Amino acid sequence: MSTPTPPQPPARPRLGVFKLASCDGCQLTLLDCEDELLGIAAELDIAHFLEASGDIAPGPYDLVLVEGSVSTPEHLERIRRIRADARHLVTIGACATAGGVQALRNYADVEGYLAAVYARPAYIETLATSTPVSAHVPVDFELRGCPIDRGQLVEVITAFLAGRKPAIANHSVCFSCKRRGNVCVTVAQGTPCLGPVTHAGCGALCPTYGRGCYGCFGPAGTTNLPALVPLMQRDGMGEEDIARFLHTFNVTAFTAVEEQAQPGTADAEGPG
Amino acid sequence: MSEPTPPARELRIPSLARVEGETALHLRIRHGTVTEARLSIYEPPRFFEAFLRGRAHTEPPDLTSRICGICPVAYQMSACRAIEDACGVVVDGQLAALRRLLYCGEWIESQTLHIHMLHAPDFLGEDDVIGLSRSHLEHVRRGLRLKQTGNAVVELLGGRAIHPVNVRLGGFHRAPTRAELRPLEERLRTALDDAWDTVRWVAGFEFPDAECDADLLALAEPGTYAIESGVPTVLPYAATPPPYGFPLRDFTDHVAEEQVPHSTALHSRLDGRRHLTGSLARWAVSGHLLSPLALEAARAAGLGDPPSRAGTGRGEACRNPYRSILVRAVEVLYAVEEALRIIAEYERPARPYTEVPPRAGTGHGATEAPRGLLYHRYALDGGGRVTGARIVPPTAQNQGAIEEDLRRLVQAGLDRGEGSEAELTRLCERAVRNHDPCISCSAHFLELDIQRTH
Ligand code: SF4
Ligand code: SF4
Repeated sequence: MSTPTPPQPPARPRLGVFKLASCDGCQLTLLDCEDELLGIAAELDIAHFLEASGDIAPGPYDLVLVEGSVSTPEHLERIRRIRADARHLVTIGACATAGGVQALRNYADVEGYLAAVYARPAYIETLATSTPVSAHVPVDFELRGCPIDRGQLVEVITAFLAGRKPAIANHSVCFSCKRRGNVCVTVAQGTPCLGPVTHAGCGALCPTYGRGCYGCFGPAGTTNLPALVPLMQRDGMGEEDIARFLHTFNVTAFTAVEEQAQPGTADAEGPG
Repeated sequence: MSEPTPPARELRIPSLARVEGETALHLRIRHGTVTEARLSIYEPPRFFEAFLRGRAHTEPPDLTSRICGICPVAYQMSACRAIEDACGVVVDGQLAALRRLLYCGEWIESQTLHIHMLHAPDFLGEDDVIGLSRSHLEHVRRGLRLKQTGNAVVELLGGRAIHPVNVRLGGFHRAPTRAELRPLEERLRTALDDAWDTVRWVAGFEFPDAECDADLLALAEPGTYAIESGVPTVLPYAATPPPYGFPLRDFTDHVAEEQVPHSTALHSRLDGRRHLTGSLARWAVSGHLLSPLALEAARAAGLGDPPSRAGTGRGEACRNPYRSILVRAVEVLYAVEEALRIIAEYERPARPYTEVPPRAGTGHGATEAPRGLLYHRYALDGGGRVTGARIVPPTAQNQGAIEEDLRRLVQAGLDRGEGSEAELTRLCERAVRNHDPCISCSAHFLELDIQRTH
């Protein structure tokens, strides 16, 4: 137990990247960090990252990034094993954090889907729902976005290496929009925009390109969705349109936040 | 990984590295003969076609981009074309040019990713790009630089490289000014050199002999190397039937998908035969329409002349999947050149998009995703609601040819006496990566029951 050991050179922390149901876009964001990639590889021992390498080392891993939602019985098993192997587990993207676009099935009858569209449904194993990782195992940090933002990913990795909390603000897209000096698309053009209730991270991309935000980063820490509804109605959206608008890339996340009436709890951490 | 259980032997490779998405491989060998080679795509079904139903006609471009993070632009472009077709709208002029520019960005970025990070390590005995950066740092740096340039094109036009936000039916939410495009020109000029150097680099690799006996299917467009539009065109493997095309609206009459027990992806056959889409097919169908510079690069890379459909009799299709990396490198060079040409001729359109008012009908759209032909079909009601959707991605089409490739390669390996598990695993992984499969795309739900034809 307390046998003195000679000082060892500090081992590089071991990184594991795993995937459940997803499009690979969030993992690709890591490969898109061209300027930082070789630097990251120098600081971290990339022990498991199937998209990039056939050199697979078993766990435990110091930092694990998980992309994708839990949508098959096998995923349930896998996410528990991944958690057991992970010292620090971060979910990346809307799939892993909120069930992703494939959670649209949660409203449908999956058996019906299977029977209607597959000739031999018995071959396919799938859960009726697509759920976030946090519904099954504890998560240390959730990084939002569909896909995640490159800068925020580098911040999460840097913070991990420095042993501090990631400095990821919890405010809404509107803040970034103002900072960018955009003209508000809702005020100026009457374009419906989820910016007021959506988590920042993208740098207010959509308004910068003249369209309304469609909420791909999920709900911000403190939102007042009911206050936004009349504005969307003013801009010509019916009840059904509003429901679809909110239930796309973070299927239940917006309404869940409102229903719980506990603004801010959607984020595992984040200084705000 | 496997237990030798005489007389049959099974080899399972539980997960393949350096491909997008997740897939496993299962080989059955009996008395030295490969009796089964199957690629099990265990990417979970994501039900896209099912939940597109009931959505507004403006939504599929954003929604379907989430099928694949590696080629979101391809999904957006095929979706836009199909819905515009249903609504009787044709996008042309500078807006069409901007779409091609955006697509060139995705080609540069995605093909470069595959060449440098996924495929090249196979030829140079490295496990991955990190290993490659130790032995071939300059080449990896150049690859990262090229990929960044592709990303820069998509980011400028689309807002971000993965799931761009600026694409909409009829064009874009915002069209860039000429001045905004200018900084890209400088990067693209550097990229032109980098792309040339990449062609030279991969031309020096050693290519095992192999031949894929599959028909080749790609889009053809008069006068230009087809990317964002065209007519499906087939170069059959055998001399008969001769090369032929068919109208896009008949796509699913020719490319029929069937469910197989081992995979969430459906297998498809082209007129009852095995087929391949992607770089090799594009080279065979449209190679003669590449720019003089790209053709010169292709010759320097040892690809020779592409088949000429004009009937001069020169040129040849390349059917060696190992050499697909050469065609990809040539395509990157071409895409860089095209991007420069489009920017040089760009005039900002008066409006960033053409209106696409909904109407009842069915529309078809196909474009050349980096890894092959991607077909979309939507049925709309009068209010613009999607009543049915069908998506046929390239990897599902290629799967049959990949499995046949695997079967033949493993058989050849066994015949040479290379039967160890490590040898076979390496062989198979390489064979699969040759086809740059995109597993996320191919695992989706298909509507087998909706068949509407005009
Ligand atoms: S969150 Fe979006 S980008 Fe990320 S894996 Fe899921 S679908 Fe892809
Ligand atoms: S503005 Fe909204 S929809 Fe657009 S990228 Fe940002 S979070 Fe996503």
